[in-house]
Amino acid sequence: MEERVPMHAILGNEMLSVSSEPDLIAVRNKARLHARAAGFGLTDETKLVTAVSELARNMISHGGGGQALIEDLEQNGRQGIRVTFTDRGPGIANIGQAMQDGYSSINGLGLGLPGARRLVHDFEIKSSAKEGTHIVIVRWNRC
Amino acid sequence: MSTQRIPILKMGEFLLVTIQVEMDDQLAMFLQEDLTNKVKDTGARGVLMDISSLDIIDSFLGRMLCTIASMTRILDAETVVVGMQPAVAITLVELGLTLPGVLTALNVEKGMAILEERLRHGGEGANACDTGQRNAVGIQ
Ligand SMILES: Nc1ncnc2c1ncn2[C@@H]1O[C@H](COP(=O)(O)OP(=O)(O)OP(=O)(O)O)[C@@H](O)[C@H]1O
Ligand SMILES: [Mg+2]
Repeated sequence: MEERVPMHAILGNEMLSVSSEPDLIAVRNKARLHARAAGFGLTDETKLVTAVSELARNMISHGGGGQALIEDLEQNGRQGIRVTFTDRGPGIANIGQAMQDGYSSINGLGLGLPGARRLVHDFEIKSSAKEGTHIVIVRWNRC
Repeated sequence: MSTQRIPILKMGEFLLVTIQVEMDDQLAMFLQEDLTNKVKDTGARGVLMDISSLDIIDSFLGRMLCTIASMTRILDAETVVVGMQPAVAITLVELGLTLPGVLTALNVEKGMAILEERLRHGGEGANACDTGQRNAVGIQ
């Protein structure tokens, strides 16, 4: 049996439910606090919070509400923030299309998903009609 | 839900809106309504929107700024967005939000100067808000 070295340590976490406008503001503020505690500078912090705002808003407007898990990561001495968004909504039928700049099913700008991806270092998305939508983002401090 | 509204001040021929609070959808919608009414009622020729206290702009807010700019333009007033924080501007570019057709200035004085210049000499019509737009950002 090979021994697996953990990729990173999880220093702390916080779970928030996101289904309304006040929840959206709360999750943004929490993400900001976690980023600050991890030593992020203002620009890095703003990028993370903006990505969080997009994905949390998508859960509210497309996913019927969901949960955001904020985790403080550490890997080789650098710190990062991971946020996992989970909803049980209708899912995204065509992820490739949804990830394109300008695609929106609700006459939005269609920048939320592709923009959020550009604002973070890691971006993973899984979605199905059965399971809903699951998106994980990570932004590292100074990398 | 919030029942508060963002105040709109009249400054000569212009209107000044200072966005001081955390914007939510409701407040953004009210602002859109109030501002277009006020432009119509006062015949203001320009709107200054001070966003120096906004610590993020996401696609929802970006669309709102863009919509306000096009709505006021139809009523013959230009909107200038002033005081965008540098971190917000950097983030907007990466997000891909180009704010087409939205004039920007570093501060209220510079914004006023832009509006006055436009009133005296007229400006070329800015682009309409459009999802497909990918041109350069008007951020200094
Ligand atoms: N959590 C979700 N559940 C279901 N569908 C989603 C979810 N998130 C995004 N989508 C789908 O992907 C599309 C693209 O999302 P994206 O955030 O890029 O644009 P938008 O929300 O339509 O507009 P905006 O630019 O205002 O964010 C949405 O229009 C929607 O159809
Ligand atoms: Mg969106």
